[in-house]
Amino acid sequence: MIKRLFPMPIHTLILLLVWLFLNDFSVGHLILGFIISVGICLIAAPLMDEHPTVKRPLLALRYALMVLLDIIKSNFEVAVRVLSPNASLRPGMVALPLDLEGEFPLAVLASTISLTPGTVSVDFSEDMKWLYVHVLHIDTEEAVIHLIKQRYEQPLKEIFAC
Amino acid sequence: MSLVEWIASFLLVMGGVFVLIGAVGMVKLPDVYTRLHAPTKATTLGIGCILIASMCLHAVRGEGFAIQELVISLFLFITAPVSAYMIAKAALHRRVPMRDGTVNMALAEQARERQSPTAVPGSATQQPSE
Amino acid sequence: MLDQVLLGVAVLVGLALVLNAWRLIIGPTVTDRILALDTMYINCIALIILLGIYFDTSLFFEAALLIAMLGFVGTAALSKYLLRGDIIE
Repeated sequence: MIKRLFPMPIHTLILLLVWLFLNDFSVGHLILGFIISVGICLIAAPLMDEHPTVKRPLLALRYALMVLLDIIKSNFEVAVRVLSPNASLRPGMVALPLDLEGEFPLAVLASTISLTPGTVSVDFSEDMKWLYVHVLHIDTEEAVIHLIKQRYEQPLKEIFAC
Repeated sequence: MSLVEWIASFLLVMGGVFVLIGAVGMVKLPDVYTRLHAPTKATTLGIGCILIASMCLHAVRGEGFAIQELVISLFLFITAPVSAYMIAKAALHRRVPMRDGTVNMALAEQARERQSPTAVPGSATQQPSE
Repeated sequence: MLDQVLLGVAVLVGLALVLNAWRLIIGPTVTDRILALDTMYINCIALIILLGIYFDTSLFFEAALLIAMLGFVGTAALSKYLLRGDIIE
Protein backbone atom coordinates (compact mmCIF):
# COMPACT_ATOMS: atom_id res chain seq x y z
CA MET A 1 0.00 0.00 0.00
CA ILE A 2 2.70 2.46 1.06
CA LYS A 3 4.86 1.21 -1.78
CA ARG A 4 2.04 1.90 -4.25
CA LEU A 5 1.36 5.37 -2.96
CA PHE A 6 5.06 6.33 -2.86
CA PRO A 7 6.80 4.58 -5.74
CA MET A 8 9.70 7.06 -5.61
CA PRO A 9 10.03 8.21 -1.98
CA ILE A 10 13.28 10.19 -2.43
CA HIS A 11 11.97 12.06 -5.45
CA THR A 12 8.75 12.86 -3.59
CA LEU A 13 10.76 14.36 -0.73
CA ILE A 14 12.94 16.43 -3.07
CA LEU A 15 9.89 17.75 -4.95
CA LEU A 16 8.21 18.69 -1.67
CA LEU A 17 11.35 20.50 -0.48
CA VAL A 18 11.67 22.43 -3.74
CA TRP A 19 8.00 23.42 -3.53
CA LEU A 20 8.52 24.69 0.02
CA PHE A 21 11.67 26.59 -1.01
CA LEU A 22 9.88 28.28 -3.88
CA ASN A 23 6.96 29.28 -1.64
CA ASP A 24 6.80 30.03 2.09
CA PHE A 25 6.89 27.50 4.86
CA SER A 26 3.27 27.19 5.99
CA VAL A 27 0.85 24.39 6.71
CA GLY A 28 -1.18 25.16 3.62
CA HIS A 29 1.82 24.96 1.33
CA LEU A 30 2.99 21.81 3.10
CA ILE A 31 -0.31 20.06 2.32
CA LEU A 32 -0.56 21.41 -1.25
CA GLY A 33 3.08 20.54 -1.98
CA PHE A 34 2.61 17.07 -0.54
CA ILE A 35 -0.40 16.39 -2.77
CA ILE A 36 1.38 17.71 -5.86
CA SER A 37 4.64 15.84 -5.29
CA VAL A 38 2.87 12.54 -4.60
CA GLY A 39 0.75 13.05 -7.72
CA ILE A 40 3.77 13.80 -9.92
CA CYS A 41 5.62 10.74 -8.65
CA LEU A 42 2.60 8.52 -9.27
CA ILE A 43 2.45 9.74 -12.87
CA ALA A 44 6.22 9.58 -13.44
CA ALA A 45 6.91 6.22 -11.79
CA PRO A 46 6.23 4.04 -14.86
CA LEU A 47 8.83 6.07 -16.80
CA MET A 48 11.66 5.22 -14.42
CA ASP A 49 14.39 2.82 -15.46
CA GLU A 50 16.42 0.76 -13.08
CA HIS A 51 19.77 2.37 -12.46
CA PRO A 52 22.52 1.84 -9.92
CA THR A 53 21.95 3.73 -6.71
CA VAL A 54 24.53 5.74 -4.81
CA LYS A 55 26.20 3.25 -2.52
CA ARG A 56 28.36 5.66 -0.57
CA PRO A 57 26.64 9.02 -0.03
CA LEU A 58 29.52 10.55 1.97
CA LEU A 59 31.92 9.90 -0.86
CA ALA A 60 29.40 11.39 -3.28
CA LEU A 61 29.31 14.58 -1.19
CA ARG A 62 33.11 14.76 -1.23
CA TYR A 63 33.05 14.25 -4.99
CA ALA A 64 30.56 17.09 -5.45
CA LEU A 65 32.71 19.44 -3.36
CA MET A 66 35.84 18.42 -5.25
CA VAL A 67 34.15 19.08 -8.59
CA LEU A 68 32.94 22.48 -7.37
CA LEU A 69 36.46 23.46 -6.31
CA ASP A 70 37.84 22.17 -9.63
CA ILE A 71 35.32 24.27 -11.55
CA ILE A 72 36.39 27.43 -9.74
CA LYS A 73 40.13 26.71 -9.90
CA SER A 74 40.37 25.75 -13.53
CA ASN A 75 37.99 28.47 -14.70
CA PHE A 76 40.80 30.94 -14.12
CA GLU A 77 43.03 28.76 -16.28
CA VAL A 78 40.50 28.77 -19.11
CA ALA A 79 39.99 32.52 -18.72
CA VAL A 80 43.71 33.03 -19.37
CA ARG A 81 43.56 30.63 -22.30
CA VAL A 82 40.53 32.40 -23.81
CA LEU A 83 42.19 35.80 -23.56
CA SER A 84 45.53 34.66 -25.01
CA PRO A 85 45.95 34.65 -28.82
CA ASN A 86 44.24 31.93 -30.84
CA ALA A 87 47.50 30.75 -32.39
CA SER A 88 48.72 29.42 -29.05
CA LEU A 89 45.69 27.14 -28.71
CA ARG A 90 45.97 23.46 -29.51
CA PRO A 91 42.40 22.10 -29.50
CA GLY A 92 41.73 18.45 -30.20
CA MET A 93 39.55 15.38 -29.86
CA VAL A 94 40.36 12.58 -27.44
CA ALA A 95 38.77 9.14 -27.23
CA LEU A 96 38.47 8.17 -23.60
CA PRO A 97 38.21 4.44 -22.81
CA LEU A 98 35.54 3.86 -20.15
CA ASP A 99 35.59 1.38 -17.30
CA LEU A 100 32.36 2.75 -15.83
CA GLU A 101 29.05 1.07 -16.65
CA GLY A 102 25.39 2.04 -16.46
CA GLU A 103 23.60 5.02 -17.95
CA PHE A 104 23.31 7.12 -14.82
CA PRO A 105 26.98 6.93 -13.76
CA LEU A 106 28.04 7.64 -17.33
CA ALA A 107 25.74 10.66 -17.48
CA VAL A 108 27.28 11.96 -14.25
CA LEU A 109 30.79 11.45 -15.66
CA ALA A 110 29.93 13.18 -18.95
CA SER A 111 28.36 16.15 -17.12
CA THR A 112 31.38 16.45 -14.85
CA ILE A 113 33.71 16.46 -17.85
CA SER A 114 31.62 19.16 -19.50
CA LEU A 115 31.51 21.32 -16.38
CA THR A 116 35.22 21.17 -15.62
CA PRO A 117 36.87 23.68 -17.92
CA GLY A 118 38.98 22.66 -20.87
CA THR A 119 36.91 19.61 -21.77
CA VAL A 120 33.47 19.01 -23.31
CA SER A 121 32.06 15.53 -23.76
CA VAL A 122 30.80 15.16 -27.33
CA ASP A 123 29.42 11.66 -27.77
CA PHE A 124 29.54 8.05 -26.64
CA SER A 125 30.36 5.20 -28.94
CA GLU A 126 27.49 2.82 -29.62
CA ASP A 127 28.79 0.12 -27.28
CA MET A 128 29.24 2.65 -24.43
CA LYS A 129 32.91 1.78 -24.11
CA TRP A 130 34.35 5.06 -25.39
CA LEU A 131 33.61 8.68 -24.68
CA TYR A 132 34.66 11.30 -27.21
CA VAL A 133 35.91 14.46 -25.53
CA HIS A 134 36.80 17.78 -27.10
CA VAL A 135 39.68 19.46 -25.30
CA LEU A 136 40.42 23.17 -25.56
CA HIS A 137 44.16 22.77 -25.17
CA ILE A 138 46.03 19.47 -25.38
CA ASP A 139 49.57 19.14 -24.09
CA THR A 140 49.71 15.38 -24.38
CA GLU A 141 46.76 13.11 -24.98
CA GLU A 142 47.84 10.64 -22.30
CA ALA A 143 47.88 13.35 -19.65
CA VAL A 144 44.24 14.31 -20.39
CA ILE A 145 43.05 10.70 -20.31
CA HIS A 146 45.03 9.95 -17.16
CA LEU A 147 43.66 13.02 -15.39
CA ILE A 148 40.02 12.24 -16.17
CA LYS A 149 40.34 8.56 -15.30
CA GLN A 150 42.21 9.20 -12.07
CA ARG A 151 40.35 12.20 -10.79
CA TYR A 152 36.75 11.66 -11.87
CA GLU A 153 36.13 8.12 -13.03
CA GLN A 154 37.82 6.38 -10.11
CA PRO A 155 35.72 8.07 -7.37
CA LEU A 156 32.55 7.54 -9.41
CA LYS A 157 33.31 3.84 -9.64
CA GLU A 158 33.60 3.69 -5.87
CA ILE A 159 30.43 5.74 -5.33
CA PHE A 160 28.28 3.53 -7.54
CA ALA A 161 30.23 0.38 -6.66
CA CYS A 162 30.42 -0.98 -10.18
CA MET B 1 29.45 49.35 4.08
CA SER B 2 29.17 46.14 6.03
CA LEU B 3 31.33 43.08 5.55
CA VAL B 4 28.58 41.19 3.77
CA GLU B 5 28.18 44.00 1.26
CA TRP B 6 31.90 43.90 0.55
CA ILE B 7 31.76 40.16 -0.05
CA ALA B 8 28.66 40.53 -2.21
CA SER B 9 30.29 43.32 -4.25
CA PHE B 10 33.37 41.18 -4.82
CA LEU B 11 31.24 38.23 -5.94
CA LEU B 12 29.18 40.49 -8.22
CA VAL B 13 32.27 41.92 -9.92
CA MET B 14 33.79 38.45 -10.31
CA GLY B 15 30.53 37.18 -11.79
CA GLY B 16 30.34 40.07 -14.23
CA VAL B 17 33.94 39.55 -15.33
CA PHE B 18 33.38 35.83 -15.90
CA VAL B 19 30.22 36.45 -17.92
CA LEU B 20 32.17 38.94 -20.03
CA ILE B 21 35.06 36.49 -20.52
CA GLY B 22 32.56 33.91 -21.73
CA ALA B 23 31.24 36.40 -24.29
CA VAL B 24 34.74 37.43 -25.40
CA GLY B 25 35.61 33.76 -25.93
CA MET B 26 32.39 33.41 -27.88
CA VAL B 27 33.47 36.06 -30.37
CA LYS B 28 37.19 35.32 -30.46
CA LEU B 29 37.60 31.53 -30.53
CA PRO B 30 38.04 29.94 -33.95
CA ASP B 31 35.39 27.18 -34.33
CA VAL B 32 32.15 25.91 -32.78
CA TYR B 33 33.82 23.22 -30.72
CA THR B 34 36.23 25.59 -29.02
CA ARG B 35 33.48 28.18 -28.64
CA LEU B 36 31.46 25.65 -26.66
CA HIS B 37 34.01 25.88 -23.86
CA ALA B 38 33.56 29.55 -23.04
CA PRO B 39 29.81 29.88 -22.41
CA THR B 40 29.21 26.53 -20.76
CA LYS B 41 31.77 27.13 -18.06
CA ALA B 42 32.76 30.75 -17.64
CA THR B 43 29.18 32.00 -17.96
CA THR B 44 27.78 29.34 -15.65
CA LEU B 45 30.35 30.14 -12.97
CA GLY B 46 29.72 33.86 -13.44
CA ILE B 47 26.00 33.52 -12.92
CA GLY B 48 26.64 31.27 -9.92
CA CYS B 49 28.71 34.08 -8.33
CA ILE B 50 25.98 36.67 -9.01
CA LEU B 51 23.30 34.40 -7.54
CA ILE B 52 25.31 33.74 -4.38
CA ALA B 53 25.86 37.50 -3.97
CA SER B 54 22.13 38.08 -4.35
CA MET B 55 21.46 35.37 -1.76
CA CYS B 56 23.82 37.02 0.77
CA LEU B 57 22.25 40.44 0.26
CA HIS B 58 18.71 39.15 0.66
CA ALA B 59 19.66 37.30 3.83
CA VAL B 60 21.22 40.45 5.31
CA ARG B 61 18.29 42.69 4.39
CA GLY B 62 16.12 40.50 6.56
CA GLU B 63 13.74 38.98 4.05
CA GLY B 64 14.60 35.55 5.28
CA PHE B 65 17.02 33.17 3.69
CA ALA B 66 15.93 33.23 0.04
CA ILE B 67 16.64 29.78 -1.31
CA GLN B 68 15.19 30.44 -4.79
CA GLU B 69 18.57 31.64 -6.02
CA LEU B 70 20.10 28.35 -5.00
CA VAL B 71 17.43 26.51 -6.99
CA ILE B 72 18.20 28.63 -10.08
CA SER B 73 21.96 28.11 -9.88
CA LEU B 74 21.51 24.37 -9.27
CA PHE B 75 19.25 24.19 -12.30
CA LEU B 76 21.79 26.03 -14.46
CA PHE B 77 24.65 23.82 -13.26
CA ILE B 78 22.65 20.71 -14.17
CA THR B 79 21.44 21.92 -17.58
CA ALA B 80 24.64 23.60 -18.87
CA PRO B 81 26.51 20.35 -19.67
CA VAL B 82 23.40 18.83 -21.23
CA SER B 83 22.88 21.71 -23.65
CA ALA B 84 26.63 21.76 -24.45
CA TYR B 85 26.46 18.05 -25.23
CA MET B 86 23.44 18.50 -27.49
CA ILE B 87 24.97 21.44 -29.38
CA ALA B 88 28.25 19.52 -29.88
CA LYS B 89 26.31 16.54 -31.18
CA ALA B 90 24.32 18.70 -33.58
CA ALA B 91 27.54 20.36 -34.81
CA LEU B 92 29.16 16.97 -35.43
CA HIS B 93 26.07 15.74 -37.22
CA ARG B 94 26.06 18.75 -39.54
CA ARG B 95 29.78 18.26 -40.25
CA VAL B 96 30.78 21.68 -39.02
CA PRO B 97 34.51 21.80 -39.78
CA MET B 98 37.10 21.98 -37.05
CA ARG B 99 39.89 24.51 -37.09
CA ASP B 100 43.06 23.48 -38.90
CA GLY B 101 45.60 22.09 -36.50
CA THR B 102 43.05 20.33 -34.31
CA VAL B 103 44.63 17.22 -32.84
CA ASN B 104 43.00 13.91 -33.86
CA MET B 105 40.57 15.45 -36.30
CA ALA B 106 39.87 11.97 -37.68
CA LEU B 107 38.14 11.04 -34.43
CA ALA B 108 35.27 13.38 -35.29
CA GLU B 109 34.28 11.05 -38.11
CA GLN B 110 34.01 8.10 -35.74
CA ALA B 111 32.26 10.13 -33.08
CA ARG B 112 29.60 11.04 -35.63
CA GLU B 113 29.03 7.41 -36.53
CA ARG B 114 29.23 6.47 -32.85
CA GLN B 115 31.81 3.80 -33.59
CA SER B 116 34.60 2.95 -31.22
CA PRO B 117 37.92 4.45 -32.33
CA THR B 118 39.42 1.00 -32.86
CA ALA B 119 36.80 0.17 -35.51
CA VAL B 120 38.89 1.46 -38.42
CA PRO B 121 42.46 0.18 -38.35
CA GLY B 122 45.14 2.84 -38.47
CA SER B 123 43.11 5.71 -37.11
CA ALA B 124 43.04 4.39 -33.56
CA THR B 125 45.08 6.46 -31.18
CA GLN B 126 44.64 4.60 -27.94
CA GLN B 127 44.14 1.01 -26.93
CA PRO B 128 41.58 0.34 -24.21
CA SER B 129 43.31 0.19 -20.89
CA GLU B 130 42.04 -1.99 -18.10
CA MET C 1 28.49 52.12 -3.11
CA LEU C 2 26.60 48.92 -3.79
CA ASP C 3 24.51 50.74 -6.36
CA GLN C 4 27.62 51.78 -8.28
CA VAL C 5 28.91 48.20 -8.19
CA LEU C 6 25.56 46.97 -9.47
CA LEU C 7 25.64 49.51 -12.28
CA GLY C 8 29.19 48.49 -13.25
CA VAL C 9 28.35 44.79 -13.28
CA ALA C 10 25.22 45.51 -15.33
CA VAL C 11 27.42 47.30 -17.87
CA LEU C 12 29.74 44.26 -18.02
CA VAL C 13 26.82 41.88 -18.56
CA GLY C 14 25.30 44.23 -21.14
CA LEU C 15 28.59 44.28 -23.03
CA ALA C 16 28.61 40.48 -22.93
CA LEU C 17 25.09 40.50 -24.39
CA VAL C 18 26.24 42.74 -27.24
CA LEU C 19 29.19 40.45 -28.01
CA ASN C 20 26.90 37.42 -28.03
CA ALA C 21 24.47 39.24 -30.30
CA TRP C 22 27.41 39.89 -32.63
CA ARG C 23 28.11 36.16 -32.77
CA LEU C 24 24.39 35.54 -33.31
CA ILE C 25 24.45 37.82 -36.36
CA ILE C 26 27.70 36.71 -38.01
CA GLY C 27 27.11 32.99 -37.51
CA PRO C 28 28.70 31.39 -39.56
CA THR C 29 26.83 28.11 -38.89
CA VAL C 30 23.46 27.36 -37.32
CA THR C 31 25.07 25.72 -34.30
CA ASP C 32 26.98 28.94 -33.61
CA ARG C 33 23.69 30.79 -33.53
CA ILE C 34 22.09 28.28 -31.16
CA LEU C 35 25.08 28.56 -28.87
CA ALA C 36 24.87 32.35 -28.95
CA LEU C 37 21.15 32.26 -28.11
CA ASP C 38 21.75 29.86 -25.23
CA THR C 39 24.40 32.17 -23.78
CA MET C 40 22.16 35.19 -24.24
CA TYR C 41 19.44 33.51 -22.20
CA ILE C 42 21.88 33.03 -19.34
CA ASN C 43 23.09 36.63 -19.59
CA CYS C 44 19.48 37.82 -19.41
CA ILE C 45 19.02 35.85 -16.19
CA ALA C 46 22.07 37.66 -14.79
CA LEU C 47 20.57 41.04 -15.73
CA ILE C 48 17.22 40.18 -14.16
CA ILE C 49 18.88 39.13 -10.91
CA LEU C 50 20.89 42.37 -10.84
CA LEU C 51 17.62 44.25 -11.27
CA GLY C 52 16.16 42.24 -8.40
CA ILE C 53 19.04 43.28 -6.13
CA TYR C 54 18.74 46.90 -7.25
CA PHE C 55 15.01 47.17 -6.51
CA ASP C 56 15.45 45.05 -3.39
CA THR C 57 12.69 42.60 -4.20
CA SER C 58 12.52 38.86 -4.68
CA LEU C 59 9.72 39.23 -7.19
CA PHE C 60 12.04 38.66 -10.15
CA PHE C 61 13.31 35.24 -9.16
CA GLU C 62 10.34 33.37 -10.51
CA ALA C 63 10.87 35.16 -13.82
CA ALA C 64 14.56 34.20 -13.79
CA LEU C 65 13.70 30.58 -13.06
CA LEU C 66 11.17 30.54 -15.89
CA ILE C 67 13.69 32.01 -18.34
CA ALA C 68 16.26 29.42 -17.27
CA MET C 69 13.84 26.58 -17.96
CA LEU C 70 12.59 28.00 -21.25
CA GLY C 71 16.17 28.62 -22.40
CA PHE C 72 17.17 25.06 -21.71
CA VAL C 73 14.10 23.60 -23.41
CA GLY C 74 14.62 25.91 -26.40
CA THR C 75 18.25 24.92 -26.83
CA ALA C 76 17.45 21.24 -26.48
CA ALA C 77 14.60 21.47 -29.01
CA LEU C 78 16.69 23.37 -31.57
CA SER C 79 19.61 20.94 -31.29
CA LYS C 80 17.27 17.99 -31.52
CA TYR C 81 15.73 19.48 -34.63
CA LEU C 82 19.14 19.82 -36.27
CA LEU C 83 20.05 16.31 -35.22
CA ARG C 84 16.94 14.47 -36.37
CA GLY C 85 14.89 16.89 -38.45
CA ASP C 86 12.11 16.46 -35.92
CA ILE C 87 11.53 17.41 -32.30
CA ILE C 88 9.01 14.88 -31.05
CA GLU C 89 9.57 11.44 -32.50
